[in-house]
Amino acid sequence: MNLTLHVWRQAGPDAPGKMVRYEANDISPDMSFLEMLDVVNERLTAEGETPIAFDHDCREGICGACGLMINGIAHGPEKGTATCQLHMRSFSDGAAIYIEPWRARAFPVIRDLAVDRSSLDRIIQAGGFITAATGGSQDANAILVPKENVDDAMDSAACIGCGACAAACPNASASLFTAAKITHLGLLPQGQPERYRRALSMVGRMDLEGFGSCTLHGECQEACPKEISIDTITRMNRDFLRASVTGGRE
Amino acid sequence: MTVKLDAKMPTGALAQKWDKHRFEMKLVNPANKRKYSIIIVGSGLAGGAAAATLSELGYDVKCFCFQDSPRRAHSIAAQGGINAAKNYQNDGDSIYRLFYDTIKGGDFRAREGNVYRLAQLSVNIIDQCVAQGVPFAREYGGLLANRSFGGAQVSRTFYARGQTGQQLLLGAYQALERQVARGGVKMFPRTEMLDLVVIDGRARGIITRDLVTGAIESHVADAVVLGTGGYGNVFFLSTNAQGTNATAIWRAYKRGAAFANPCFTQIHPTCIPVSGEYQSKLTLMSESLRNDGRVWVPIKAGDKRAAADIPETDRDYFLERKYPSFGNLAPRDIASRNAKEVCDEGRGVGESGLGVYLDFSDAIKRLGADVIRERYGNLFEMYQRITDENPYQVPMRIYPAVHYTMGGLWVDYNLMSNVDGLHVIGEANFSDHGAYRLGASALMQGLADGYFILPNTLGHYLASNKLDKVDDSHPAFREARTAVDERTNRFLSINGKRTVASFHRELGKVVWDYCGMSRNEAGLRLALEKIPQLRAEFWRDVNVPGSAAELNQALERAGRVADFMELAELMCIDALHRTESCGGHFREESQTPEGEALRDDANFTYAAAWEFAGEGKAPVLNREPLLFENVKLSQRSYK
Ligand SMILES: Cc1cc2nc3c(=O)[nH]c(=O)nc-3n(C[C@H](O)[C@H](O)[C@H](O)COP(=O)(O)OP(=O)(O)OC[C@H]3O[C@@H](n4cnc5c(N)ncnc54)[C@H](O)[C@@H]3O)c2cc1C
Ligand code: FES
Repeated sequence: MNLTLHVWRQAGPDAPGKMVRYEANDISPDMSFLEMLDVVNERLTAEGETPIAFDHDCREGICGACGLMINGIAHGPEKGTATCQLHMRSFSDGAAIYIEPWRARAFPVIRDLAVDRSSLDRIIQAGGFITAATGGSQDANAILVPKENVDDAMDSAACIGCGACAAACPNASASLFTAAKITHLGLLPQGQPERYRRALSMVGRMDLEGFGSCTLHGECQEACPKEISIDTITRMNRDFLRASVTGGRE
Repeated sequence: MTVKLDAKMPTGALAQKWDKHRFEMKLVNPANKRKYSIIIVGSGLAGGAAAATLSELGYDVKCFCFQDSPRRAHSIAAQGGINAAKNYQNDGDSIYRLFYDTIKGGDFRAREGNVYRLAQLSVNIIDQCVAQGVPFAREYGGLLANRSFGGAQVSRTFYARGQTGQQLLLGAYQALERQVARGGVKMFPRTEMLDLVVIDGRARGIITRDLVTGAIESHVADAVVLGTGGYGNVFFLSTNAQGTNATAIWRAYKRGAAFANPCFTQIHPTCIPVSGEYQSKLTLMSESLRNDGRVWVPIKAGDKRAAADIPETDRDYFLERKYPSFGNLAPRDIASRNAKEVCDEGRGVGESGLGVYLDFSDAIKRLGADVIRERYGNLFEMYQRITDENPYQVPMRIYPAVHYTMGGLWVDYNLMSNVDGLHVIGEANFSDHGAYRLGASALMQGLADGYFILPNTLGHYLASNKLDKVDDSHPAFREARTAVDERTNRFLSINGKRTVASFHRELGKVVWDYCGMSRNEAGLRLALEKIPQLRAEFWRDVNVPGSAAELNQALERAGRVADFMELAELMCIDALHRTESCGGHFREESQTPEGEALRDDANFTYAAAWEFAGEGKAPVLNREPLLFENVKLSQRSYK
């Protein structure tokens, strides 16, 4: 297939950026989206141009490194699919494809399609953990967890931290990311002692990082490659509200 | 000069060694811990767990990774599960049985003492991970669930759907971020280690490149830990993440650390076959599929009929035929080699002819599509997404792919290399898997190293040695920085015609063809001619665009490929010298009359630790003899 790409090029964090047009010819429908970009980059390099920078690593939808706005949709047209798992057969021959980086105040562009997502790490630092220093833990089977709870916890724990939720959100909110962690840990008995303190401080951090607030548009849930449900946000709001009243006391 | 390989194995009975050693090791006074600085390169299961734990103990830790967040280390991709000798299923498991299975699985090329300790600690790992909130699968009663994995005869594998590595890594990552918030760990993401600094025989720091600004920096410490993962990407195509590389361990090798058993690599039998030249990676399909899928190819070479049109009488279920008792569940190396064999005979399926069928139609008939969907739904979906074929209707096509490297830097029982102060953990070291790694045991090893072993043994090193104060103005730091600068500039000034990727692809093909699933003397000698030629061409004709002072992914990759070019040669040298077959290392010259791997215990019961002897010189072989005091060496048989 032959495609026309319009790609966001920006030399550095403070440099101005613009869309640049490239032809991508002889693309196989079996290629992944990133392999298509590899082919373009090989050609750019051979022609003495600077290849397009983009983040990626596992290329199997689990590390969360990749993430592109494709025709205005985070991770492109297939539901529940990270950019690296998207295949060119999802596009038609001759199509024009617009490729941009995540756009959110809390994700400044580093270069081309690569953005700085360290704000997400800082939200986890604020309380996205269970305090359990190595050693001293009891036998694993001493803690019983109903299967349904652990299954639900796992649904949220599946978050890959790609940031698509914030990129897709009209308010650039990271609520789905934050709520997924609060839900994962809050559904488990081990997560109870810090549950309310966690909600208070993670949500606080999210605001501090410059993410917007959630008005339940639901775009995040549509964009999430792991199809994490927006119900987690309701749960987060409940925990947060209660915590605000009690000052984080359990 | 040859290095001294003292494994520092504690004396005494196998089951008491670790306890005894823990008592004998020196302790650092709690008030003094914060005065010691420790560099940890890598934030995967091994590095992440170590960084969190050492900081909890009070040490001053700096942790580095090349991804934009420590949570993205390649451990995240592990699917199947993690072994532990909990015996929760009451099916006869024990620490000794896990130890025995692991030693035997490694084809008797690992240290008894290390492997026993690993089996002991497996139990603590599960406790620790559950305490952190890892959502392992559970039964309705709320107890933990287990499955049997990789041909084990007991159910000892703990799992979190098909995302066990992700959940374990997130547990370690969250513990790490808690320490970052506390100020105990300073995290350096998007930072790549490019050299090791050794002063007076001790590892005292590293040189890094900031991948965003290009700044070259020196970091000084009292000890250096490498948890930088495996080197499977030397093959270009593998199941490893794109950034996985050997640079950290290779630079350490060139600074004096011995590299053990580099030719021991693992090929996984169930991966999605290559579909074109542009392909950048191979995707693993969980081994669990072999529980219900039947592996077959047409009996006749060149039979191009669609699978459904090939009647039973024209099919060869070759694993069931050759290994009646294990059948489709034959160990990974055996399943892989047999797949290659039938494809070499021209009986492979799919367009490239490099594939065998993994057929679920009998299982679907027997159990119904719903049961199969419940067991493997996500894998079937992933397969369809990549190949555009529906495995409920047509058999999957699979082919072996490089998956894991058992070789790595040589370490003693304390996980310290032969360079004082340089510790190596996780897949980056050579320690516990011998010539072959059993399924679900890499996660176990990474976490045992990071949570439980290193935090003890590193303290012992610090408490037993008086370390001089050094800073980055020391000539050794200056020399290493200059070397890194020069190398970077050299890449950028060649301005040749070929891209880095094209060299990587060509190198990978040579290593795969001659140092892959089966090896022979003629092939290895040929590879040893081709690799230096390709390397020379690389340094003459590579094209690395851009500059050093910016985010430059081509430059990053050039450095990694340049190191693979050297490592590939060492792998072939090692494979050539080991004239026996063992585990994943199949030398065609050494097989039983039935075509199975034949060990040569009289001559090769040792770890081969290679030492760098200078540019252009042959590496020096050091042997660490392996003593077996508890298990009897036997020929593996899966008939
Ligand atoms: C697809 C797949 C499935 C698997 N499934 C299983 C399974 O089910 N069970 C099992 O037991 N094992 C499995 N394995 C193997 C297992 O996942 C790995 O062996 C293990 O996770 C390695 O952990 P690690 O901490 O040693 O290294 P990694 O997780 O690879 O981490 C390496 C770290 O080092 C950093 N790094 C590397 N080089 C540098 C450098 N030069 N400078 C700075 N930082 C650097 C990286 O950024 C990263 O943080 C699987 C492997 C693959 C590929
Ligand atoms: S590259 Fe890892 S999720 Fe896409």
